[in-house]
Amino acid sequence: MLASIGVSSIDDLFASIPASVRHTPDLPPPMSEIEIRRFFGALSAKNANARDSAFFLGAGLYNHYVSSVADQMLYRAEWLTSYTPYQPEVSQGTLQSIFEFQTHICLLTAMDVANASLYEGASALVEALLMADRLVRGRRRAVLSLGIHPEYRETVRTYFQNLGLEIVEVPLGADGRTDAAALADAVDEATFAVAVQSPNFRGVIEDWSACAASARSRGSLFVGVVAEAASLALLSPPGDAGADIVCGEAQSLGVPMHNGGPLLGFLACRTAHQRQIPGRLVGQTKDAEGRRAFSLTLSTREQHIRREKATSNICTNQGLMALASNIHMSLLGKKGLREVATQSHAKAEYLKGGIAAIPGFRLPDSAATFNEFVVEGPGPAAPLLSRLARRRILAGVALSRWSGSGADANRFLVAVTEMNTREEMDGLVAALGEDAS
Amino acid sequence: MSVEIENDRETATPPTLGDRLHPEPRHELLVFERSGAGKVGYSLPPLDVPDVSAIPAGLLRGEIEGETEITEVEVARHFTRLSRLNFSIDENTYPLGSCTMKHNPRTNEEMARLPGFAASHPLAPEEVSAGTLELAWRLEQVLKELTGLARVTLQPAAGAQGELAGILMVRAALEKEGNPRTTVLIPDSAHGTNPASAHFAGYKVRELKSNARGTLDLDVLEGAMTSDVAALMLTVPNTLGIFEDRILEIARIVHAKGGYLYCDGANFNSFVGIARPGAMGIDVMHMNLHKTFSTPHGGGGPGSGPVAVTTKLAPHLPRPTIERREDGSFGLDFDRPESIGRLRTFLGNYGMFVRALAYISSYGNRIGEVARGAVLNANYIRAGLAAHYHLKYDAPSMHEVVFSDKRQAEKGVHNGDIGKRLMDYGFHPPTISFPLIVHGALMIEPTETESRSGLDAFIAAMRAIAREVEEDPSIVLNAPHTTPVKRVDEVGAARNLILRWKPDGRETADGKRET
Amino acid sequence: MNPDELHYTQSHEWVRIDGDIGTIGITDHAQKELGEIVYLELPEVGHVYNADEEFGTVESVKAVSELFIPISGEIVEINRSAVAEPGIVNDDPLGDGWLIKLKVTTDDEVRKLMSAEQYAEYVQAEEKEK
Repeated sequence: MLASIGVSSIDDLFASIPASVRHTPDLPPPMSEIEIRRFFGALSAKNANARDSAFFLGAGLYNHYVSSVADQMLYRAEWLTSYTPYQPEVSQGTLQSIFEFQTHICLLTAMDVANASLYEGASALVEALLMADRLVRGRRRAVLSLGIHPEYRETVRTYFQNLGLEIVEVPLGADGRTDAAALADAVDEATFAVAVQSPNFRGVIEDWSACAASARSRGSLFVGVVAEAASLALLSPPGDAGADIVCGEAQSLGVPMHNGGPLLGFLACRTAHQRQIPGRLVGQTKDAEGRRAFSLTLSTREQHIRREKATSNICTNQGLMALASNIHMSLLGKKGLREVATQSHAKAEYLKGGIAAIPGFRLPDSAATFNEFVVEGPGPAAPLLSRLARRRILAGVALSRWSGSGADANRFLVAVTEMNTREEMDGLVAALGEDAS
Repeated sequence: MSVEIENDRETATPPTLGDRLHPEPRHELLVFERSGAGKVGYSLPPLDVPDVSAIPAGLLRGEIEGETEITEVEVARHFTRLSRLNFSIDENTYPLGSCTMKHNPRTNEEMARLPGFAASHPLAPEEVSAGTLELAWRLEQVLKELTGLARVTLQPAAGAQGELAGILMVRAALEKEGNPRTTVLIPDSAHGTNPASAHFAGYKVRELKSNARGTLDLDVLEGAMTSDVAALMLTVPNTLGIFEDRILEIARIVHAKGGYLYCDGANFNSFVGIARPGAMGIDVMHMNLHKTFSTPHGGGGPGSGPVAVTTKLAPHLPRPTIERREDGSFGLDFDRPESIGRLRTFLGNYGMFVRALAYISSYGNRIGEVARGAVLNANYIRAGLAAHYHLKYDAPSMHEVVFSDKRQAEKGVHNGDIGKRLMDYGFHPPTISFPLIVHGALMIEPTETESRSGLDAFIAAMRAIAREVEEDPSIVLNAPHTTPVKRVDEVGAARNLILRWKPDGRETADGKRET
Repeated sequence: MNPDELHYTQSHEWVRIDGDIGTIGITDHAQKELGEIVYLELPEVGHVYNADEEFGTVESVKAVSELFIPISGEIVEINRSAVAEPGIVNDDPLGDGWLIKLKVTTDDEVRKLMSAEQYAEYVQAEEKEK
């Protein structure tokens, strides 16, 4: 090979790299497959997880059922080792799967158009807000409910900081829902978007229609945010409530937790706004013989063509996760998606009842919740959760992680899904009771 | 210079219909068209608590109109059939330039699925998360060693988000010095994400014209590098596969004006383990775990885009960072007042961290062999095709080579046609029409994955196509002939937007096919 | 290919002057470079532009190009058939594929544009750069 190239050694091919920057890495010698299994197996064993613990963690990442057929399908080389379907003649599988994913998201959200997925929920909210900013020109203010996941809001701040866009945050009322009067007051002629999450970060179901009406009354767009997408099969969908854009996290729909990523952001909108949607889109067309075929479309919105004028800087979507989700939604379908949602809700109600009856514990939010709720204990939540974790009960997430101390110090979020058994929930109630006494 | 092809087959045999495994057009119904009332493909345990609902009726929805009812076997078949319409690395060479389509070792997939990673939750208490934190910390240490930089954030979800994080950190550092400045310099050969990311960090973009060699013109840089310039975003080697051999001078020019040198690490595969960006004067660099470190491309993501930075930029890393404490335990540090903030939820695409660390561990201190193989293979293809395809820039190639269709265009055949014809020969097309500074670009990146015989077969196919263009351009113009579908009407897709199936099924119906 | 009665810009637009009405489109060379056009974004009637301002975009599948107004004036008509069927711009860029008509403010600007001959030379020089 070297002779064909006309060099005498491979080193000659690196001649343009200055000698002073060369470096041989100080790393251990190569590991064999067996050693890799041993090493990673040992690291894995140090982590409590949903398979070896009673598991009630949520806060935007949920332990829902993922079928064997979905995960095994992801091992197929044709899905795993292909890339962005730029060449439709050899990518119809990926293209059609994305088209189906776009359809599922539209059906669940009651929206017209959905994209091929985005990184995850927080950046999906950023993209939704930037899209709203493009659609409503000349306004600089986004109104965000404090019921939106705190890490989503922090992400919005990161992205907005140099774009001249302002954020106004609206508090929650005493029942755990966004304060409707405060929201109506916050929206003005400078507002391009109002965003509200439901179920909100505390698990409470919001009245989307009222929020959307507040937005519309001042000419603002309304963005519905969904962090627990399993709820979409049971709750009135944001599209029916008049949302202009719906975005969020679809991890609940067939994607394992993966310790927080890869996840599955999504974004859906109305037909009238489809040219401003960020991210990839697949459309139906025909091949040269007139048969149905699919291809990427509206690519001119994207950065590889429009560069600094692009609708977004994002390049990849979450292809494999969108596939996993398509398989999951297809398999569970109309009945299964709903059964997951109703079971999650019923079990959460059962656990709420159990916890509320423990002396010293109470549930501060009075409004209806879906499958997650805030618990207030008799003492600081973080140490309590650590004590339970050592007993392989992952009881919840301390709110102090985001709000520091103060009123939230004794509070934690508890999430319940169809994966939890009555026995586990009874065990949690008993453990909380023992810890308090 | 010409490549002697190992198996003595000077050119590939042109494929005809029937050559390939699946000669007939193949289609698969939409999953919604397979749905039928009453079919069920899943089962959940019976509800073991009272079936109560505490949700007001007004907040509930009815049935999800249009959602599927389908059996598991139908789902398995549907997605298996669909998968067979895809080309993949595991089938054959996938020389998509700039994307580093290398083999994805399967152990890494298994490791990522260990329950302590795949079924763990980043908000579990630290006491029961020691393994997940240690793994991420170890990946940071390895990436620090490979880049020669001080700290790494693993949070960005993909390369483009890494770019944004990197430029935001530059901005934060400049703001601390008193002036965030206004402009980012970007060569005309750069990836489109660079200008888009600079824009979203609040900067104006000034494009720098490449010189006749295809590299950065130092006089142009000197002229453009004013005290208004925050950073130069440079892809190393650049998108033509050419290493900026005056990188040290470039860094000096940028630093002399108080600017930062950003490295787009998309092409790190060409020098990983050979040279360190930190030593080149690079201040901040993103890497693509799905390129250099072989996490699977998955039909278009997930990616993962860690960013390495100097000590000076480290205070501005996204929050939280992962730290090893003096007692050897691991934890998250949220108390970083100068942080640019968060770019996404949780810690990043953690599943990709597992795969990337497994990949790097499998090479260890010999990871430079990856770059050596990648560069050797690209140069072998270059030597094999230089007599057949126009090479606009003839500076030495690293891991990829960019030809153009200039000669073939004289016969009315363009780069896109050549790419489509390659499909008939069993290869994925190269990257087409990028970088923009090469008209009719064919950007070829074989990676270290390919063996000599694989490269020979690819060269033979490209030569055969060049000959077809001379002898019978129509066969190339009408390609592909052997793929599951014939040439797809992308113009029609854009003019008449159909972006979803609807429950009445009318718009999406395939009139051509019997169902 | 480039009619003598039209005036041309470096950004590949053309102008035809009839009295005080200027008709503007893109050149045959421009439509060929873009490939099949799939979308046109054109301004509202009544909008007033100064010469060289961006007045819209033209998109093919793989490229997007900004449109720059060669001369100042107020938009009096846009080609709605071309918006509905952008392929017209490929088929007949100098005729039915026109884009906008405007009421011309001044005669001076037209004189600064290229003649058919100058434009042909300009395109040739641009091609050589590739």
